[in-house]
Amino acid sequence: MRHFPIIVIGGGHAGVEAACVAARMGLHVALVTMDATKIGAMSCNPAIGGLGKGHLVREVDAFDGLLGIAADAGAIHYRMLNRSKGSAVWGPRVQADRRLFGAAVRERVASEPTLEVIEGEVAGLRIEGGKVRGVSLADGMQLACDAAVLCTGTFLGGVLFRGEERFEGGRIAEGAAARLARQLRDASLPLARLKTGTPPRLDGRTIDWARLAVQPSDPDQWTMSPLSKERVNPQVFCAMTRTNSRVHEIIRANLSRSPLYSGAIDAQGPRYCPSIEDKIDRFGDRDGHQIFLEPEGLDTPLVYPNGISTSLPVDVQEAFLRAIEGLEQVRVAEPGYAVEYDHVDPRSLDRSLQMKDLEGLYCAGQINGTTGYEEAAAQGLVAGLHAACRIAGRDEPGLDRANSYMAVMVDDLTLHGVSEPYRMLTARAEYRLRLRANNASSRLTPLAIQAGCVSEARRRRFEAREEAREALQLALGRERSPSEMRTLGFAATDDAGRQPLGDWTRYPGIDLTRLAEVGLVPRETEHGLHSEVAEDLHYAPYVARHEAELRELRANEKIALRPDFPFHEVPGLSNEMVERLSRTRPQSLAQAGRVPGITPAALAALLVHARKHVAAA
Amino acid sequence: MAIIRISGPGSGRALNVLAGRLPNSRQASLRQIRDPQAGWLDEALVLWFPGPSSATGEDCAEIHCHGGRAVIRAIENSLAGLGLRQAEPGEFTRRAFLNGRMDLLEAEALGDMLSAETELQRAVLASSAKGHASNEVAHWREAVLSASAAVEQELDFSDDDQDGIAPTPGWCSDARRVAEEMAAWLAVPPAERLREGLRVVLAGPPNSGKSSLFNAILDEAAAIVSPIAGTTRDAIERPVAIGGVPFLLVDTAGLRDEGADEIERIGISRAGQELARADVVLWLGPEGEGPSGVIEVASMMDAAVWAPKGEGSLAVSAVTGEGLPELMSRLSAVGRDRLPKPGQVAVSRRQKQRLETARLQLLEAAEVEDLLIAGEALRQARHALDAMLGTVGTEDMLDSLFGRFCIGK
Ligand SMILES: Cc1cc2nc3c(=O)[nH]c(=O)nc-3n(C[C@H](O)[C@H](O)[C@H](O)COP(=O)(O)OP(=O)(O)OC[C@H]3O[C@@H](n4cnc5c(N)ncnc54)[C@H](O)[C@@H]3O)c2cc1C
Repeated sequence: MRHFPIIVIGGGHAGVEAACVAARMGLHVALVTMDATKIGAMSCNPAIGGLGKGHLVREVDAFDGLLGIAADAGAIHYRMLNRSKGSAVWGPRVQADRRLFGAAVRERVASEPTLEVIEGEVAGLRIEGGKVRGVSLADGMQLACDAAVLCTGTFLGGVLFRGEERFEGGRIAEGAAARLARQLRDASLPLARLKTGTPPRLDGRTIDWARLAVQPSDPDQWTMSPLSKERVNPQVFCAMTRTNSRVHEIIRANLSRSPLYSGAIDAQGPRYCPSIEDKIDRFGDRDGHQIFLEPEGLDTPLVYPNGISTSLPVDVQEAFLRAIEGLEQVRVAEPGYAVEYDHVDPRSLDRSLQMKDLEGLYCAGQINGTTGYEEAAAQGLVAGLHAACRIAGRDEPGLDRANSYMAVMVDDLTLHGVSEPYRMLTARAEYRLRLRANNASSRLTPLAIQAGCVSEARRRRFEAREEAREALQLALGRERSPSEMRTLGFAATDDAGRQPLGDWTRYPGIDLTRLAEVGLVPRETEHGLHSEVAEDLHYAPYVARHEAELRELRANEKIALRPDFPFHEVPGLSNEMVERLSRTRPQSLAQAGRVPGITPAALAALLVHARKHVAAA
Repeated sequence: MAIIRISGPGSGRALNVLAGRLPNSRQASLRQIRDPQAGWLDEALVLWFPGPSSATGEDCAEIHCHGGRAVIRAIENSLAGLGLRQAEPGEFTRRAFLNGRMDLLEAEALGDMLSAETELQRAVLASSAKGHASNEVAHWREAVLSASAAVEQELDFSDDDQDGIAPTPGWCSDARRVAEEMAAWLAVPPAERLREGLRVVLAGPPNSGKSSLFNAILDEAAAIVSPIAGTTRDAIERPVAIGGVPFLLVDTAGLRDEGADEIERIGISRAGQELARADVVLWLGPEGEGPSGVIEVASMMDAAVWAPKGEGSLAVSAVTGEGLPELMSRLSAVGRDRLPKPGQVAVSRRQKQRLETARLQLLEAAEVEDLLIAGEALRQARHALDAMLGTVGTEDMLDSLFGRFCIGK
């Protein structure tokens, strides 16, 4: 039987990141997936990034992951969302040509010398003595491993719904992983169901584009990954249209035929990504909802109508589409549908995304109750990285809520669980001012280098950038008097006093670009460095206020709670708290404090008990 | 009559053993109390409150027995025999807090109220203990949550997503309004003042009659028997209640009468310190020569040579007691004015600090242009309010966000 230190199951966005990061760390990895040509497939919207999600892309990229570079390789439309607001919430987003994106992912997968792709359906896990030992494939093949990473997306027990129709499947025209789901249920893994949906795909040749407003790609040349030197594809327009009262009437009249309303689906879908049925039912007073018509690629006429995910019957989909301006003659290439699937209760996972009760089994991606490529990719990276660290005997990278959105997500998932598909939002990150998309590399690449998962090229680039930063910071630390500033042409009054150059940037008319022009600071050689440092300066006073909070957080993070910590023995905890803590099993006092319903008083009681335990042990 | 309260998971069993069987929950029943070994102890009313909807959040029981010491002791012994122990001071309150039956503000106020010695202390703290203060804070927290939700909506959903949804107006003015309401609380003296009492310092040159007046007032006022440890620092301080208002009377005379030069000097400087710390100064010296803001008192009315002082002053004789009732009622009026009043919320100094943080952050949020900083300031304000109540949560903010808006694609 062949043995791999790590086997990754599922070649979606989570699976490829998990497999590649472990391979970059030098481990032999098998990536087992149903259809190797579907590696890198985008199930839904052909777009990468967005608010909160763009941060995740940049963080995955900081670890030398695939997502950012593949997004640039496929990008046919760039848009920086939220540009009117503070840069900590800017959301870089691209629309990608599906084919080019998938090809770029497969190319990266193929280029990893220690990564082997095995086509097949995993039908079961081999579990011995509470540990994962290997997997068995539907065709009978057996593989042995030290760790397995489950990245099966919407395929576990997947059922598709469209009007009155039902199909078993994980995505349209792709079979579900029914056998694996059955085994996991039998092994009493904590599974639950969620649902999501996708809109119909339209034939762009039947859309009356001339009547619609268009949105061009951003003209300035930013990219998703700082390693992508430039934009490689021709850029295309998106167009906008909206629903109207006729559309709403048609939908309302047919609500009972939607599986969401007929009771066929009762799993919870994402509140922030409602189906058009939901939008019209819940927010009936609105007279129209915006739709973005997004091209799916350069050499395909397919168009993705963003904003009208639906599982209404095909005839209703066609009827309401044709009531929309510009779509009067539209042909539906592939109707929309909803999918209901099994997910693992993420509270059964620890912060490395390993199952607490099943050593060697990691879970990442939509299987953990999230939604979105970026969320999936980031979890794949976290799981693959930790699994590889464990097997290679390396220290885990110190990811926490104060240094990454990735850790915020993993922490939220494993401590709160999910009641609807989890999507990244900047509001989830309490230390948002320090977690910007444009400083992801500065925050995380040092950790990535330490973990040994970045290429030589990225390491060199990073070091060059750090050198430039040091020179810049040195210059900004030098004190300058008001008269010096005036000599150089800046408006400065004497009452400002002598102060470091960095502080002078708070005054109107003084910024890094102008300072570089007069030679007070080095010119920008590293793209984006000046704006990153300028923002660091801008937010510094606010970031400083976090310090006390962070000290407490990190101190509490160090107070470990054993996996078998006897919560029921702690005096003063209510039954409900004992139950929640026992189910979630936080690994530290800080984590316990983030379990919903745990009060500071309860935390104090836990602390006392934890200390007693340590003393007794 | 005596009431023995039992809390904790063993309550049901204990009541079962002593009273034969559990009564219906929350209904008083008359039972014979028997110890398994010692036999019949008493006839008593017993009550059974299953958790979590009990005072402490745990299973609770009450035995209303006859008040004789022997009876109480016997029942306590029997309970101890069942593995129960006496509650520590404040333990019921602490457990109620731990189990989420009470928040921090309520718990603090209850603790203070239970040790209240004057009517004013009790009246002010009772409303906080009953949760009125917490309700108000919860109200503010609600307002801050909505403001946060409005800001986060702006931040977390791009202009494209928000199509047609006007940004929630008015969160800025809401934040300012809440900050103003907080300022009103902050203007109330801290709750500790109720416990410590208003410092009334008797001052004046030597032999102006301070000590005799001090003693006369002490005779007239109700002594507070068990001063909270640490409030009375030396022999010249006395906690008293005048007209239901707590005071701490300070006689600076004691400091002057020590004799030796060295001690005299220290004494003088201490008298100076006392004057600086005083809330009310009764000035017995020549009119107008005391520090500003004093109550002028023309003492020793009974003396051969005596002159009244000007308008608003008091005249008093420690010997005959003449003028003393007027002095007392003046003090109690001043006290009622300067201490938290019933109906006002008095919070501890620590809580006031948190409140002040919240207030400043709200003002900053309403002021700044960068929404991100507004979001951060609102988060800090929420954090401070959470700390006041002893609760925490970003999840609440998200719920409030999603409950109100149709967001996303
Ligand atoms: C209908 C639909 C609608 C969606 N709507 C949205 C949306 O509105 N917004 C949004 O953000 N995201 C949406 N998504 C989600 C987005 O596509 C996923 O979040 C993301 O692709 C999850 O990545 P993943 O790696 O976890 O899984 P996937 O991308 O689903 O990949 C899973 C992979 O595992 C393979 N696999 C599964 N089981 C086995 C097995 N037993 N053996 C071998 N291989 C196996 C599959 O073949 C597949 O390649 C939607 C997805 C679908 C299907």
